[in-house]
Amino acid sequence: MPEAARKIRVQCVINGRATTLETYPMARLLDVLREQAGLAGTKEGCGEGECGACSIEMDGALVNSCLVPALQAEGAKIRTIEGLADDSRLHAVQQAFLTHGGAQCGICTPGMILAAVNLLARNPHPSEAEIREGLSGNLCRCTGYTKIFASIVEACRDAGKRA
Amino acid sequence: MEAHIIGQSVPRKEGRDKVTGHARYVDDLTFPDMIHGVTVRSSVARGRVRGIHFEGEIPWKEFTIVTAKDIPSKNCVALLIEDQPCLADEFVNHTEEPVVLLAHPDKYLLEEARRAVRIEVEPLPAIFTIDDSLAKKQVIWGDDNIFKSFRVEKGDVDSAWVKADFIVEGQYETGAQEQLYIEPQGMIARANLKEGVTVWGSLQCPYYVHKALVRLFGFPKERVRVVQTETGGGFGGKEEYPSMIACHAALLAWKSGKPVKIIYDRAEDMAATTKRHPSRTRHRTGVTRDGKLLAMEIDFTLDGGAYETLSPVVLSRGTIHAAGPYNCPNVRVRSRAVATNAPPHGAFRGFGAPQSVFALERHLDRVASAVGLAPEELRRRNFIREGQTLAVSQVIHEKVDMGQLLDRALNLSGYHAKRKRFQEENLRSAIKRGIGLASFLHGAGFTGSGEEYLASEVVLEATREGRARVLAGSTEMGQGTNTIFAQIAAETLGLEYEQIEILQPDTAVVPNSGPTVASRTAMIVGKLVESAARAVQQTLFKSGLLKSDYSAKDFADACGRYIDKFGALQSLVKYEHPPDLHWDDENYRGDAYGAYAWAVYVAEVSVDTRTAEVRVEDFVAVQEVGKVINPVLAAGQIEGGVAQGIGFALYENVVWQEGRMVNGQMTNYIMPTSMDVPPIRVFFEEIPYARGPAGAKGIGELPLDGTAPAIANAIAHATGVDILRIPVTPESLLSLLESMHA
Repeated sequence: MPEAARKIRVQCVINGRATTLETYPMARLLDVLREQAGLAGTKEGCGEGECGACSIEMDGALVNSCLVPALQAEGAKIRTIEGLADDSRLHAVQQAFLTHGGAQCGICTPGMILAAVNLLARNPHPSEAEIREGLSGNLCRCTGYTKIFASIVEACRDAGKRA
Repeated sequence: MEAHIIGQSVPRKEGRDKVTGHARYVDDLTFPDMIHGVTVRSSVARGRVRGIHFEGEIPWKEFTIVTAKDIPSKNCVALLIEDQPCLADEFVNHTEEPVVLLAHPDKYLLEEARRAVRIEVEPLPAIFTIDDSLAKKQVIWGDDNIFKSFRVEKGDVDSAWVKADFIVEGQYETGAQEQLYIEPQGMIARANLKEGVTVWGSLQCPYYVHKALVRLFGFPKERVRVVQTETGGGFGGKEEYPSMIACHAALLAWKSGKPVKIIYDRAEDMAATTKRHPSRTRHRTGVTRDGKLLAMEIDFTLDGGAYETLSPVVLSRGTIHAAGPYNCPNVRVRSRAVATNAPPHGAFRGFGAPQSVFALERHLDRVASAVGLAPEELRRRNFIREGQTLAVSQVIHEKVDMGQLLDRALNLSGYHAKRKRFQEENLRSAIKRGIGLASFLHGAGFTGSGEEYLASEVVLEATREGRARVLAGSTEMGQGTNTIFAQIAAETLGLEYEQIEILQPDTAVVPNSGPTVASRTAMIVGKLVESAARAVQQTLFKSGLLKSDYSAKDFADACGRYIDKFGALQSLVKYEHPPDLHWDDENYRGDAYGAYAWAVYVAEVSVDTRTAEVRVEDFVAVQEVGKVINPVLAAGQIEGGVAQGIGFALYENVVWQEGRMVNGQMTNYIMPTSMDVPPIRVFFEEIPYARGPAGAKGIGELPLDGTAPAIANAIAHATGVDILRIPVTPESLLSLLESMHA
């Protein structure tokens, strides 16, 4: 950090809770979430926006939090993996990943699940090609993606049943 | 008792923590007073260290600085031998060799400081290729640059050539491949006189790290403790390198008196940690007019990098798998791993076999073509059967039916129809389609007498409440250790899956069940879990507190009463080598592995001849793996392995300059994305293996062996181009296509 940098106050809503962060303006939102907000579910895989492990939702858009300077979070609504489950009840996508083998080592999983949730919010019944495209910014080295696709298909089916 | 949990796709044990973001990986942990550590490395491939200069406007007094002089005992990262220094002292032997360690509370300042250290090195001539190493252009390791060599002899190769109707030769190469687990490597250490050394980190083999720390500090074993944190993928990449990082973090913690965290960023991880060994294989094969293999002469060489690390063992597996699942009366395999001034290459899923199997399976397509047979037909005529012998003269006692696996794979992939259709359609299209296959085997567990030497141990403990705990050093890194151990214990004890607890690997708590490598965890360690569970059950039966046909409540009552009366209810079991498995390490002959998984994979590709882009369109993976313990997890292993194999075949190209990886970023080192993988269709045949838990064999590494050659054979079928090297990047394929049409 250059000496001239001063900490600023950033006000935002994280997982439904109004939060004030004291941070350097150009600090990575990823670090601020992990170290200051105590939300370590967001992971760093590459630090350059390639792997998607640090994916979060910001005002409804999926972003790589390693590429977002903290000052951009001012006034934003942020959702991380910790904001998905409703009390003890898993989100349908989380449940599907658990049941259908969508998670192996788990390090890409928070970002991958947020990418899937974000996709389904825009497109509740995606085709396989749309699922592939929707997840193309999130790398997984364990699964070969096959069980992740299956998990998302199952999550859509379950959501359909409940509707 | 009827099977009720083995064979079921129960959700993974730690799955809920992973999908909710609550699982804690090493970088998620902090300790009071913890500071951060970084590594300053050589930038020269080989040279003599003349000085270390701390420059720039950095408040150096605030920093903890460690060099080789600070090492309490032996300056090495102890593994098979002790040739690799923990910190280079007088000489550096590769561009990423660690020389200085720094620690400071502010990680941003730390990074500036790292850049302000100037390591003055007087360069020495370096070598970067297998040929230069073999020619001893410079001798950089031992007397001759050879880490290890093997020779396998079966029959009489030299006399067989005259009987051959065709002799086919070829040379095949594979490149380095980065494991690219998505969680970069990292460790936290605490070290002081009072407590000794404790490390927490992302790792596969807690007792490897333990051994290295004991040697570095010269401490008695009980003064060193290693704890595995949730590990975000390993694939072999966290087999040996974590020992290095643990040693570094511990040295900084020892000197600073504070807990120290070292987390590699992606660039450092890709440049400095191990990769799959680059390889070169030469084949000479004699075959009869009707396609019977008469003689195979195989020469296999691995580039090991600057220090020995695991190269002898990787070479061993590659050597043993080099002649595949075929019955050939005369075989010679000569192999060696050589030193170059690259960062040491190391373990990566498949462990030498993907290299030698690529060469063989590509070569056999060329042999088939020379004989005038279809690729599948040549293989079918030579598949090994029960009672016949592999190249290492191991008699196959298992039931094996490669012909049936082949038929199933051909049918499921629509092979024959597609082969015919593509040939016709390709004439009229710039996009050429092709279909290719590979047939292969993969041995489970350590080679030869390796398991006997490891002598793994597992403890199973029953609690007063009638729950069971498994204590093992085997690690979960996504592949499903926790889940299958719990399934095996539950099945054996007649309990529910939820009643089994798997303890976190911590060398202060769990016994050494061996490293989590070599497709050994399900088959070897899983069997120990089963035996330990059975022993606890027998103890209860013998005590008269439990009768057969019990309920979970009966079990809990019996446990409670047993513990009241006798104290802890637990059983420690130790691996016992089957007396009928013999291995002659001198002549490299005998029972190399207790069991093999057998497989036939079929890949379908399309090649755009204008852009030279290859897409894998369909993939069928048929394998016989013994009893499948958890179908979803097992299929996940194969699917993920196939995806890594697709990367190995097509995308993952390590670009070297003077022994340094220059594309160490996810931007320019390309692994398969969700857009790149085809439908991966996985099929299991299950022939129970008598010595595996419930009949299971190992599968973790298997899919890496056959994927790349099946794809390369499909590209050759589509285009007519002779693929001799992977990865087949568009650049390399374009030049092959151009030279074919020239």
